[in-house]
Amino acid sequence: MSNIQTGKPALTRFSLRKILRENPTAQGLALISPTAIYLLLFMVLPMILVVLLSFMTRGPYGNVVYRVNVQNYARLADPLYLRILVFSLGVGAATTVFTILIGYPLAYFIARTPARHRSFLLFLILLPFWTNFIIRIYAWIMILRTEGFLNSVLLHMGVINVPLNILYTPTAVLIAMVYEFLPFMVLPLYTSLEKIENAQLEAAADLGARPWRTFLRVTLPLSVPGMIAGSILVFIPAMGMFVVPDLMGGAKTILIGNLIRNQFLVSRDWPFGAAASMLLLILTLVFTLLYTRKAGFGEELLV
Amino acid sequence: MSEKKPAFWLRVFAILAYTYIYFPILILIIFSFNTQKINVRWEGFTLHWYDVLFHDSNVLLAVRNTLMIACVSTLVATVIGTLAALALQRYRFPGYTAAESALYIPVIVPEVVMGISLLAFFVMVGLKLGLATIALSHIAFNIPFVTLVVRARLHGFDKSIEEASMDLGANEMTTFWRVTLPTIMPGVLSGALLAFTLSLDDYVITYFTAGPGATTLPLRVFSMVRFAVTPEVNALSTLWVFTIFVVLLASQVIQRRQEHH
Repeated sequence: MSNIQTGKPALTRFSLRKILRENPTAQGLALISPTAIYLLLFMVLPMILVVLLSFMTRGPYGNVVYRVNVQNYARLADPLYLRILVFSLGVGAATTVFTILIGYPLAYFIARTPARHRSFLLFLILLPFWTNFIIRIYAWIMILRTEGFLNSVLLHMGVINVPLNILYTPTAVLIAMVYEFLPFMVLPLYTSLEKIENAQLEAAADLGARPWRTFLRVTLPLSVPGMIAGSILVFIPAMGMFVVPDLMGGAKTILIGNLIRNQFLVSRDWPFGAAASMLLLILTLVFTLLYTRKAGFGEELLV
Repeated sequence: MSEKKPAFWLRVFAILAYTYIYFPILILIIFSFNTQKINVRWEGFTLHWYDVLFHDSNVLLAVRNTLMIACVSTLVATVIGTLAALALQRYRFPGYTAAESALYIPVIVPEVVMGISLLAFFVMVGLKLGLATIALSHIAFNIPFVTLVVRARLHGFDKSIEEASMDLGANEMTTFWRVTLPTIMPGVLSGALLAFTLSLDDYVITYFTAGPGATTLPLRVFSMVRFAVTPEVNALSTLWVFTIFVVLLASQVIQRRQEHH
């Protein structure tokens, strides 16, 4: 006992210090409590607030009236909002498909280079994406706009006579989204491709499989977990994105993220905005659960 | 996977892909030195836009705010996030699973939803939106990331060196400061670096929690980009890209050094 060693008088009254010293459960609770309290206050409570808000009523001046109401959810079934939802799912899906098309060969390439080069090649993929994402969007605006880089090069070379109108179309949104989310696909794909044992590929070759057949029958199936993890990491944020449509999509490209933002900051219908947020959140949870059911909470998701 | 040389077409594809990744940034940098304002074609070299940038009081204020928020939120999130990582890695306590799953909230919940939930919360509680609410929000999304990173590093931690320290007569505090903390320091530093970059980079959550007066660099860049394409934005972007590159390269070099020792 420390008080015998130090010769101090034994503490007879209740002592927090003593409990902390001798009780591991109390130590754990003491260490976790700042985080627990903070996240409860600034993450869990606000989320609960949104759930409650989604059942409230919008007042005449854009204020919130505390009258229970399920109309906010019913309104989401309006064709106007259904179209936005379908369009968001479509943009999310298209972004996912294109990041796979570009990201898969890239991840495969990195996994096949000598081990000492791999981390540098991965680092090169990540490097630009540590810079601000609005700056990256801006770079694409410079390239794609009517008086932009692409048009002046194409006009100069005589490929086109009239400048292409790409900026402020869904195509521009897709181009920027694919660019933004590419690393989220490459990293998990690389993680699962890198794990494939040489022996498995050699076995396939020894058994007479041609390279493309080995790829289709061995490599591709073994990389599916990485592909699913990448798809989750790309699809979910792409679906809720509102900044890219804001800057590059023009007035017609409205995703569910834009809808939520507009309800909170423009039309000031918080209850409806909260209901739309709940829809996005539920979709997100469904997709994530489907994934974790299929593959377990894989390390691919946590790169 | 096999170390055979990648096929020719695969190498061509990789070169194209890396070009695609770096080309927009290269264009951005090149045209920050262009004399022409509409930046369509190259007219001549100038540093004029950097001069404009350094005299733009809005940008300078935004830089100051951004750094302040990033420093405060990194410091707070790193300290309490590290404590949480220690708790989760070493102790069992009631509410363990709940605490552990709470860490995945910012990984799973879409940013826009987190943004509006914080906005609604601050308004209902009656906190005035501004730099303080931005900082509070940044701390909130940074804690889980710090905890996840530090916890991953704690995984291989050898507890026997702590026991050795205690056997040699050091108390818990001394052991923590002299043995535990230095050992987990690389993890804590990479958690802090991640938190700092996330805070520096954040647009969505800042946008909802900033209120009308406060501005940060991403908010400022957004409104500049929305207003017009001007080489001043290119100059700002170039400096930003350059700063991030230097910081990341430095952290890589430091990490390599530590691994070699």
